[in-house]
Amino acid sequence: MELLAFGKTGWGDELFYATLMTIAVSITAMLVGFFFALIFTPLKLSKYKTLNLVGNFYTTVIRGVPELLVIYLFFFGGSGAIMYVASIFGYYEYIEINAFITGSMAIGIISGAYSTEVFRGAIQSIDKGQFEAAKVLGINKFGQFYKIILPQMLRLAIPNLSNVWQITLKDTSLISVTGLVEIMRQSYIAAGSTRDPLFFYSFAAVLYLLLTYVSMKFINKLEVNYSRGY
Amino acid sequence: MITSFPKLLGATVVTLKLLSASLFFGLFLGLFFAILRLNKNIFINQFAYGYSYIFRGTPLLVQIFIIYFGLGQIEYLRTTFLWVILKEPYWCAIIAFTLNTGAYTSEILRSAFQTIKPGIIESGKSLGISNKTIFYKIQIPIAIRQSLPAYGNEIILMMKGTSLASTVTLMDLTGVAKYIISTTFKPIEVFIVAGGIYLFMTFIIHNVIKYLEKKYSFQE
Repeated sequence: MELLAFGKTGWGDELFYATLMTIAVSITAMLVGFFFALIFTPLKLSKYKTLNLVGNFYTTVIRGVPELLVIYLFFFGGSGAIMYVASIFGYYEYIEINAFITGSMAIGIISGAYSTEVFRGAIQSIDKGQFEAAKVLGINKFGQFYKIILPQMLRLAIPNLSNVWQITLKDTSLISVTGLVEIMRQSYIAAGSTRDPLFFYSFAAVLYLLLTYVSMKFINKLEVNYSRGY
Repeated sequence: MITSFPKLLGATVVTLKLLSASLFFGLFLGLFFAILRLNKNIFINQFAYGYSYIFRGTPLLVQIFIIYFGLGQIEYLRTTFLWVILKEPYWCAIIAFTLNTGAYTSEILRSAFQTIKPGIIESGKSLGISNKTIFYKIQIPIAIRQSLPAYGNEIILMMKGTSLASTVTLMDLTGVAKYIISTTFKPIEVFIVAGGIYLFMTFIIHNVIKYLEKKYSFQE
């Protein structure tokens, strides 16, 4: 137990901050994912074949390729790509991207692919009459989607989004390979310096279980809140 | 890009070996725990629930690290024959993947068992078929058919999961891809080749499952 003490003698405070980091990365990634989902869901549902193709390409590739490979692409390719763009604008210095940004972008793109599928399913299960009624009322495309369809589909999407959140939360453990100090990385460091990997990795497992348990409770409440009137 | 292709293709064999071994063992483990879940004894079904909860609630990476780095710490284990298996990263990875996919499979099979209409089992009973035969000849085949779509997803998830074997020094497809990226600094090309191989495997698994679904569907 003294291994978990707060302060200089134990790893308690380090692991606590690492847990906060995991939560921060998960939330950022989830939001990035929503952003991607809001772009790609309309593409997948579009009438135009080319736009469909773009949307399907995104979800198929990301869901068919291991998360770790995507993270390696961002980790090794990210700064190169940014430097290439910068060189067009005449900036030739070395640019290093923050591990937090790389990590949450990589996980965000992965989580976005899953969110896109969830949103697509939710929209498709909304009654056609809703779209038609909105059209009859003369609401423009933008208003139709963001003011009428989105609020309704959120209710349908929440149970599946909670799955996406769990996947995202667990995927953040993979960013430890880039050196960002979240739960997994901190446990790795602690295990290395105390030579007690069994304890620290088991403790990391407990932390993840705790996070999934608490977020499940929270999401269940949200679900009840959004299904009022049904 | 072209020179890296044979290397990556060679590494694909390792990925496929890991995948097939863990799916094979995981299916039996999943079936075993699914049956435990349906047991009426509260201790037994809570134990099975706890198993699937823990393995589905923690990242696969943690599970691999506990088994590969953690178990080696127990002095007693080092003296038993288990150590022969546990000192190999290959077997550690397979054990972790098996336990992980077993947890997901048990959930898939459990829900499949629960969707079987009680009438089917009752009609089996009224025909005088023994409970054992009902289970093996009626319930299991129906459950397998019911769970095919979800199990197909699980196979694809597991295929992506095998990429984590590269974190315990195994040179699977992702491991080799990372090695090539870090020596040549050509992340995008390698990503396209390795990602293409993964996508190809996903494509094949997806279509095989689709074919099986069609073959075993009841409706003509």
